Amino acid sequence: MEETVYDAITAVLMLGGALMSLAAAIGLMRFPDLLSRMHAATKPQVLGLLLFLLALAVEFRSWKLLPVLAVVWIFMLLTAPVSAHMVGRAGYRTKHLRPELLVIDELDDVVERAQRLLREAEEEVLEDDEDDPQVDDDPGHTYTGELDDDEMLRSRGTAAGGLNSNAQRPGQNPEG
Amino acid sequence: MTKQARMRNRARVPLLQELPLLVWLVFLWGALWQDFSAGNLVFGAVIAFFVANIFYLPPVELSGRFNPFYAVLFAGRFLYQLVQASFHVFGLALFRGPQIRNGVIGVKLRSRSDLLVTATGHVLSLIPGSLVVDVDRSTSTLYLHALNVSTAEQAEKVREEALNAEAWLIRTMGTKEELAALRAETAETRKRKIGGRA
Repeated sequence: MEETVYDAITAVLMLGGALMSLAAAIGLMRFPDLLSRMHAATKPQVLGLLLFLLALAVEFRSWKLLPVLAVVWIFMLLTAPVSAHMVGRAGYRTKHLRPELLVIDELDDVVERAQRLLREAEEEVLEDDEDDPQVDDDPGHTYTGELDDDEMLRSRGTAAGGLNSNAQRPGQNPEG
Repeated sequence: MTKQARMRNRARVPLLQELPLLVWLVFLWGALWQDFSAGNLVFGAVIAFFVANIFYLPPVELSGRFNPFYAVLFAGRFLYQLVQASFHVFGLALFRGPQIRNGVIGVKLRSRSDLLVTATGHVLSLIPGSLVVDVDRSTSTLYLHALNVSTAEQAEKVREEALNAEAWLIRTMGTKEELAALRAETAETRKRKIGGRA
C-alpha cells in the first residue's frame, strides 16, 4: 500500500519533469531568436530537473542519496545561468540577434560607444606606443563627445569585460 | 614579486574566510562518495585543504553577515518564482511563440560587491522572464534580456523586480552598510507613498 503511494508520487513528479522538458523543447522550436530561446533553455529545464531529482528521492528514500541529488541541482543552478549568459553575450556581440524583435535596447549604444572607444584607443596605441589605452584618462586623446567620466568608465568596463575592470578595482586581487 | 613572496602572500588568506569553501568541499566529497563517516570526512578535509591551497583562486569576499531567517524566506520565494517562471515561459512558448517581443534593459544595482552582483544575476536568470546579457562591473549594471516586454511600464516592472531580488539578497547576506542603505531607501519610498496619498 505504502509502496503504491510512493510510486504514485514518483510518477506524478516524473510526469511534471517530462512536461517541463517538453516546455523547453517547444520554446526552442517556437521562439524566433537566440536570446528568447535561451529563456526556454534555462527556466523550465531547471524546474524539470528538480522534479526528476525529487522523484528519485521519493523512490529511493535513502539519506545517502539526498546530498548527491542536492549537489546535482546546486550545480545546475550555478551553471545554467552562466552558460546562458555566455551564449547570450556572445550572440549579442556578434549581432546574432534580430533587432526588430527588441522593443527596448539599452545596451546597444553602450556597446557601440565602448567599441568605438576601444577602436580609438587601439589607433592611439599604433600612433604612440607609450600611451596605455587602459589608464589614459586624458579626454583630449580619446573621443569623449558628450560622455562624462562615469560613462567613460562604464563603457570601458563593458568593452574590456571582466579582465580589465578586474585590474581597475582595488581590493580584489590578493597580490595587490 | 618573486615566486616565494607570492607564495607567502597566498598563505595570508585568513582561515575563517576559507572556511566556507572548505566546508563546501568536504560536503561535496562526502556527497560524491555517499559516505559521511568520520574517516571519509577527515580524508576529504585533507584533500580540500590541499586543493584550496594548491589550485589557488582569488578569495570570494564574503560580507561576514548571514541571516538564516531571510535565507529560508528567500529560498521559498525563489522556488515559488521558479515554478511560476517555468509555466510563464511554457505559456509564452505555446501561445505567443514567434510573435514575441522582447527588450534589453539596463538595471543599476545598489551593491558593488562581486558576490552580490553575481548572485543577483543568477537569481534573475533563473526566475522572472529575464536573462543576463551583459554585466558592467565598474557600475554594477546588469543588462537583462526580458521576455515579452513591449511597453515602458513592463520594462519598469522588470527593473523593479531585479532591484527587489537584490534587496532580498542584501537582507540575506549583504554587508551591514548595504543593509543600512537599503533600510533607509525603503523608509524613504514608504514615506513618499504616504505623502503622495495625503
